[in-house]
Formats: sequence, C-alpha cells, structure tokens
Amino acid sequence: MLEVRAVSKTFSPGTPNQVRSLRGVSLELAEGSWVIIIGTNGSGKSTLLNAVAGTFWVDDGNIRLAGRDVTRWPEHARATLIGRVFQNPFSGTSPGLSIQENLSLAARRGLARGLGWGLKLSLLARMRDEVGRLNMGLEDRMENAIGSLSGGQRQALTLLMATWLRPELLLLDEHTAALDPKSADLVIALTEQVILRDNLTTLMVTHSMHQAANLGDRLIMMHRGQIIHDFQGAEKRRLRPDDLLARFEEVRRAEQLDESAAQMLAEQYV
Amino acid sequence: MNLLIGTFTIGCILSLLALGVFISFRIFAFPDITADGSITLGASVAATLMVHGTSPTLASLAAFVAGMLAGACTGTLYTRFKINSLLSGILVMTSLYSINLHIMGKSNVPLLSVTTLATQSERIGIRLMRGATSFNLAGWEVSVRDAAVLGAVALAVALTGVLLYLFLRTNLGMAMRATGDNVQMIRALGVNDANMIVFGVAISNGLVALSGALLAQYQGFADVGMGIGMVVWGLASVIIGEALVGTNQLGLTIVGAVMGSVLFRLLVAVALRWGLSPNDLKLITAVFVFCALVVPQFLRKKRLVGSAHA
Repeated sequence: MLEVRAVSKTFSPGTPNQVRSLRGVSLELAEGSWVIIIGTNGSGKSTLLNAVAGTFWVDDGNIRLAGRDVTRWPEHARATLIGRVFQNPFSGTSPGLSIQENLSLAARRGLARGLGWGLKLSLLARMRDEVGRLNMGLEDRMENAIGSLSGGQRQALTLLMATWLRPELLLLDEHTAALDPKSADLVIALTEQVILRDNLTTLMVTHSMHQAANLGDRLIMMHRGQIIHDFQGAEKRRLRPDDLLARFEEVRRAEQLDESAAQMLAEQYV
Repeated sequence: MNLLIGTFTIGCILSLLALGVFISFRIFAFPDITADGSITLGASVAATLMVHGTSPTLASLAAFVAGMLAGACTGTLYTRFKINSLLSGILVMTSLYSINLHIMGKSNVPLLSVTTLATQSERIGIRLMRGATSFNLAGWEVSVRDAAVLGAVALAVALTGVLLYLFLRTNLGMAMRATGDNVQMIRALGVNDANMIVFGVAISNGLVALSGALLAQYQGFADVGMGIGMVVWGLASVIIGEALVGTNQLGLTIVGAVMGSVLFRLLVAVALRWGLSPNDLKLITAVFVFCALVVPQFLRKKRLVGSAHA
C-alpha cells in the first residue's frame, strides 16, 4: 500500500542549522496495517509523516502509494489518497466556517469543486448522523463556527473529516498530544473505532508509550532520522510500555557512551 | 434631497468596491491594493467601449472581466512567483496606470453624449412616471432621473450581493473561504490553495472594476486618477460594516459591507457640507482607517491591564 524507499531529507543544507532529518528511511506498509511510530525528539518521526503527506519533497529516494509513484506529487494532489489529523487541534479545521461547512469540504476531499451547492440535504442528514455518533452533543450545533469548539471536539471532527471519504492511507501526527487526558482518551477510542471499522492503512506517530504498546499491529522506533527497531506480529503484541521505555534508555546510554568516548579521545589525542 | 439621493447612489456604487475589498482583505487576508488600479481599469474599459458604441450592459460586464484579469495577475505574481502580497498589488496597480491611459487614449473620457446605464434607467424611470421629470416625496421635490438611477444601482448591488453570498456557499466558494481561514487544512483536503487565491483576488478585482464602470457612468466620465486611495475607502466601508452588524456570519457581513459603504459616503457628504475641504478627504479617510485598526487593539490592551490589576 505505502512504499517508502531510501528516503532522505536535509533541512537548511550547507548552513550551520543543517539538520539531517531523514537518513535513508525505508518502510513498507501492507494494506490494512496500523503502524505506530515512536522516537525521541528530533528523531524524524513527524518529518517522515510530512514527507509521505507531501508537505515538502524528499531529497532522495521515492514514495509509492496505492500503486502510484507520488514522490513528485504536490501536497494537495496526494490528499486525494491521504487523510490527515495534525498534532495541533486548530490545524485540521477552518475556524470561521461552521461544523457542517467543514464537513462538506471534507466530503469532497480530492474531488473537483465547482458551483454545486455545498450543503445538500442528503449530506446534512448524514452529517448529523455521524456527528451524533461522536457523543459530544455537536449534532445540534451544526451551524456554529468550529472556532467556538474545544480542542478535543475539533480533533474528533478532524478525524471524522479525514476519514469521511475512505483514505488509502491515514496519517495521525501525535493527534492527542495537545489534548487533556480525558479528551485524548476519547479521541483515541474514536480513532480505534474508525480504523478497525474501515480497515484503514494507518501511520500514527505518538509520544504516549501507553498508546504505542496498546494500539496498532506494528511498531517502529526512530532515532536520528533512521528506523532502529521494527516490531511486528507476536513481538509487537508482547510489548509493554516498560519495554519501550527500556529501549529508549538503551538509546540514551549508547549516546552517552559515544559522547564520553569522544571526550576521552579528545582529551588524550588533541 | 437630491444631494441625499446622490450620496446614496455613490455609496451603493462603491459598495461593490467594498465587497471586492471584503473578499481580498477579509476572506483571504490578502492586502490587495490592485483595487486602486482596477477601479480605474473598469471605468476606462467601460467608457471606451461605450464611446465606441457598445451597449452599457455589455461594457460593464467587459469591465468586470478586465478587473478579473488584473486580479489574476496580482494573484499569480503572489502565488507562482512568490512576490510579497503588497508588492504584487503595487506592481499590477502601477502598470495599470499606463494600461488605463492606453485604453482611453487620453487621461479623461467624457460620457456626456453617450448612452449609459444611467441614461437608460432614467428613460425607464420617466416612462414609468408617465413623462413627469420630478415627483413629490413626503414634501420633497425629487427628480425622476436621480431616483431611477438610485433604484437601478440598488437593484444591481442587491443582485451582486445575493450572487456573491450564494457563490460563497457553493463547494468552490467554501473552499475559497477555508483557504483564507486555514491553508494547511484546505491543502490536506486536496485543494490547490494557489489557484484559490488567484481566483479569489480575480473575483475581488472584478467587483472593484464593475464598481468603477458604474461610477464612470454615473458621474459621466472616466478619469485616470479616479482610483487613488480607493482601497482605503473600501477598507473603511468594510470596517464600518463590521461594526454595524457585529458578527462574522457570512450573509450579514456582506450586508454590512454594503451598509458600511453607504454610511461612510453619507458621513463624508455631511463633513463636506460642514466645510471640510475636499483636498483633505483622503487624509481624513486614512486617519479614520488608522483609528479603526488601532482603537480596538488599544481597548483590548487596556482591558487586559485592567483585569490584571483587579
């Protein structure tokens, strides 16, 4: 379904701020698989998601999605195949437009937009239905501007919008990180529900070891722009949050060792 | 009374300018000063066509299309060539000055002996009044010509407002509004935001040019200098309109922009009547917009400081 091959990306190359965010990352996702990505800060996990979404073009390597080479597709063209939920609850919805207008925009993701009436009655009925299923009481506020809603409500709606038309690939970028614990749990429950119901191929970045251990059928750990662990099948199912923390500790110690070794070498030979 | 009707008429005509400015400044948050050039463009295209015998309706539509082209240029400079939004507008506005002179062939085209929408509506008005050239309205003597022109202009503005409202609620129109609201989201929903901006700025300038075409027909001439400061004028109208309706509901903001334009024209007429020199008009308008932009900020800061003390 998704094929990322030897993808590299360097930001501000040739300057003191040069960051090699992705260093030859390869990843293949089977249809219907739900892959969790974890990693330290600056490990490139969000960069990988953005590379797939087309926020920028990669320097090297190529990306295939649903049988098509999308490496040089602009972001809005890839949106035909991809549904996205962002970390910032304000990123996924248009605050000045009403709930129903936002949803009707999502109902034409990747389709031509002409002079057809945006809020058809049949669509409105389905919207009320689906929004009612979020159990947030929003179905009676369909004409309210989305800007008046809470972060959790907006994130739940963004999830609904991203999956309104079944996407070939769903990208979730730490989509509960900015929410309070209660809203985060709610959004995660909705996420699980929709992914399992529609059998969506999903790439999900998370900061929560709990989510990483309990969700998905495959887990990838990134560090310094590379994939350092890839747990699948039974191995993934056995993983507990403590195991993941232990892996992070391992990475940290390896780094410290590198640094102290480098320091020792510098002291002795320079 | 005739003065009042004239004021309303110009206010209505310039409300199309206000709607154009509303689209660029408010919907797209795009500070587009092409309008200074495209209002003159609309006037010069319409005037030149009418002098050469084109029907006034067709000439006005041509002005609308010409304005759209100018707006599309600005939008393209901004989106494809990554030129700063203000500078894109300045470049197109500056080149429009030469283009307008080329279109008219001179700096001023009089429309005194030409059939315009104004003379047409006057004829219809007089036919409706069975030949009378003036009538009595609540004790005031009103010329049929003025009343007929005002009626025609108000009708045109109402029609444009309704069409704009309906357009902004179509799939395309909603995508345009969302583009100004949240670019990241609209890209993630598969919309080419660059195209939306080009199209939006084009529609904005089309309305502005239409306003120029009507203004030229009303005042009886097109002049190469008539556009100076018009963006600020439109912005003032939009700001007044927002204060009047006090909501960001789409339909009401459109009505507000129209009302703001008429009210602003009325304020200007009163000020001129009280002895304000016409030379100071643009200065006063600019100061007004400055205050309208700064005062709310100032009040908010004051309120924050106040609550911090409490």
